[in-house]
Amino acid sequence: MTNVNVVVVGLFVFVLAVFLGLELITKVPSLLHTPLMSGTNFIHGIVLVGALTIAATVHDTLGGVIAVAAVFLGTLNVVGGWVVTDRMLGMFRAKPAPAPAPKAEAGPAAVPTTAPPGEQR
Amino acid sequence: MTIPNWATLGYLVAIVLFILGIKQLTSAKTALRGNRVAGVGMLVAIGVTLGMLHSGWQYVVPAAVAGTLVGVVVARRVAMTAMPQLVALFNGMGAGAAALIALGDFHHVTSSAHPSLDTIGAVTILLSCLIGGISFSGSLIAFAKLQEWMRGTPITWPLQHEINGVLLAALVGIGLAITLLHGGAVLIIVFAAGALTLGVLSVLPVGGADMPVIIALLNSFTGIAAAVTGFVLGNDALIVAGALVGASGSILTMLMSKAMNRPITNVLFGAFGKLAEGGGEGGGALHGNIRETNVEDLAVLLSYAQQVIFVPGYGLAVARAQHEVKELATQLEQRGVRVLYAIHPVAGRMPGHMNVLLAEADVPYSQLKEMDDVNPEFPRTDVALVIGANDVVNPAAHNTPGSPIYGMPILNADQAKTVVVLKRSMRPGFAGIENELFYRDNTMMLFGDAKDTLAKLTAEVKLQAAA
Repeated sequence: MTNVNVVVVGLFVFVLAVFLGLELITKVPSLLHTPLMSGTNFIHGIVLVGALTIAATVHDTLGGVIAVAAVFLGTLNVVGGWVVTDRMLGMFRAKPAPAPAPKAEAGPAAVPTTAPPGEQR
Repeated sequence: MTIPNWATLGYLVAIVLFILGIKQLTSAKTALRGNRVAGVGMLVAIGVTLGMLHSGWQYVVPAAVAGTLVGVVVARRVAMTAMPQLVALFNGMGAGAAALIALGDFHHVTSSAHPSLDTIGAVTILLSCLIGGISFSGSLIAFAKLQEWMRGTPITWPLQHEINGVLLAALVGIGLAITLLHGGAVLIIVFAAGALTLGVLSVLPVGGADMPVIIALLNSFTGIAAAVTGFVLGNDALIVAGALVGASGSILTMLMSKAMNRPITNVLFGAFGKLAEGGGEGGGALHGNIRETNVEDLAVLLSYAQQVIFVPGYGLAVARAQHEVKELATQLEQRGVRVLYAIHPVAGRMPGHMNVLLAEADVPYSQLKEMDDVNPEFPRTDVALVIGANDVVNPAAHNTPGSPIYGMPILNADQAKTVVVLKRSMRPGFAGIENELFYRDNTMMLFGDAKDTLAKLTAEVKLQAAA
């Protein structure tokens, strides 16, 4: 299964992906660091794919227990990570009346009432 | 198990979607879409994997349903102030999954009719187990500290580094034995337990102020653990996605330690809060007078200002006063005051945390200014209102060589015409260093709970507007 050739090609892919990651992430403004971290947190939930692969090879009880635990943790990571990132980024959406005219926010009552109740659920 | 070509192509699609998603995370306008694109990528990857699944459904379905339910409920309920511990928790879950996959594969390979654990298989399994185990238990300790189930100050004990060193050496030895023996069920259990212990011992000494760095580092670890799991299973999707996360976590770790002016080794081994006594000797020199102000006077000062900069810090996050800040800002804006927010990179408890808290309170992100953009604004600012921040505005970073924070990039709040500091007491910040800003002639202090004080200020500004 773990053929030397596969590992070498994997290493090749890994190194290129690291450089790609460095290039991509350097451009993220610090405004978005928390969603970025939470978003990448979601992406490493890809281990769920590994957990599913393991589940297919189970041949005894111990293996079954390990597979169930791994799939549970992986799903928690994927689902929780995605939902919380989506929720957070929803708050960064451009507001209907953006900054140029601060006085345009003449309806301040509308602003606080819309956001907090929806968020505190 | 060999992966068929259609599945490999499916993984390629998933990876491309991940990359496009991360790319869109670089701008506030497209970030939400970016996360959704990455989400589609994940669905593709999971769908492809399920398509190859011939057995094991009895394990997958209940575990996945339970994980989904718990994940959705937790992620929707959590308050934005609790985001750092939630990220730490989910990070730990991913790391734990990676370690378990390694153990599962080990068990599968060694307990079958024809045990076949070659050297490369053993090394990748051990690495995945080691990194995943450290990141799992380390993330749980970080979670416990952030959730305040455990005290946030550094916990230290004698011979700390020596003990960690010996443990790591022992793990290498056990790993070597497993590789040479092509197996060993007891050995791998000891190995996994050792990795978990190492994670606990490494994060316990890290203080609350260093949490932004350690969360970023653990995030990077889990990414690498996922990538190594990809080597274990011969799955390129895991390798690439894990490498992307590992790279992102490392960049954030470096950015955070730079913003705190401390090399990463210092964060891990320094136990910063303990250094305080060393830096405190400058405190003797600071015996000036402090000037106190009150809500009424400050309300007048703010109302007649042209430009006000809020400098929110960790104290604001703790007091959960982000909505009160926004309300005060709205009142001031109605009076024609220009309001900006100066955000230090390490404000809050994780990278960028303060931005999320203020965005939650509906502050337009165009008003959230990064350090380099806002520093030139201070000299033409009438009032800099420092709310629960301390070390990030301490001029000692500029002018006191020998201070533990000397050289740390700070917000130049001291250059504003008037500085008003909202603070609970005169207690020093995390670094335990006196702040000469509080004794300056243009500085006034207003003691009290930030949330309470801001609410009173808002009411007072309103009252004066009506008068």
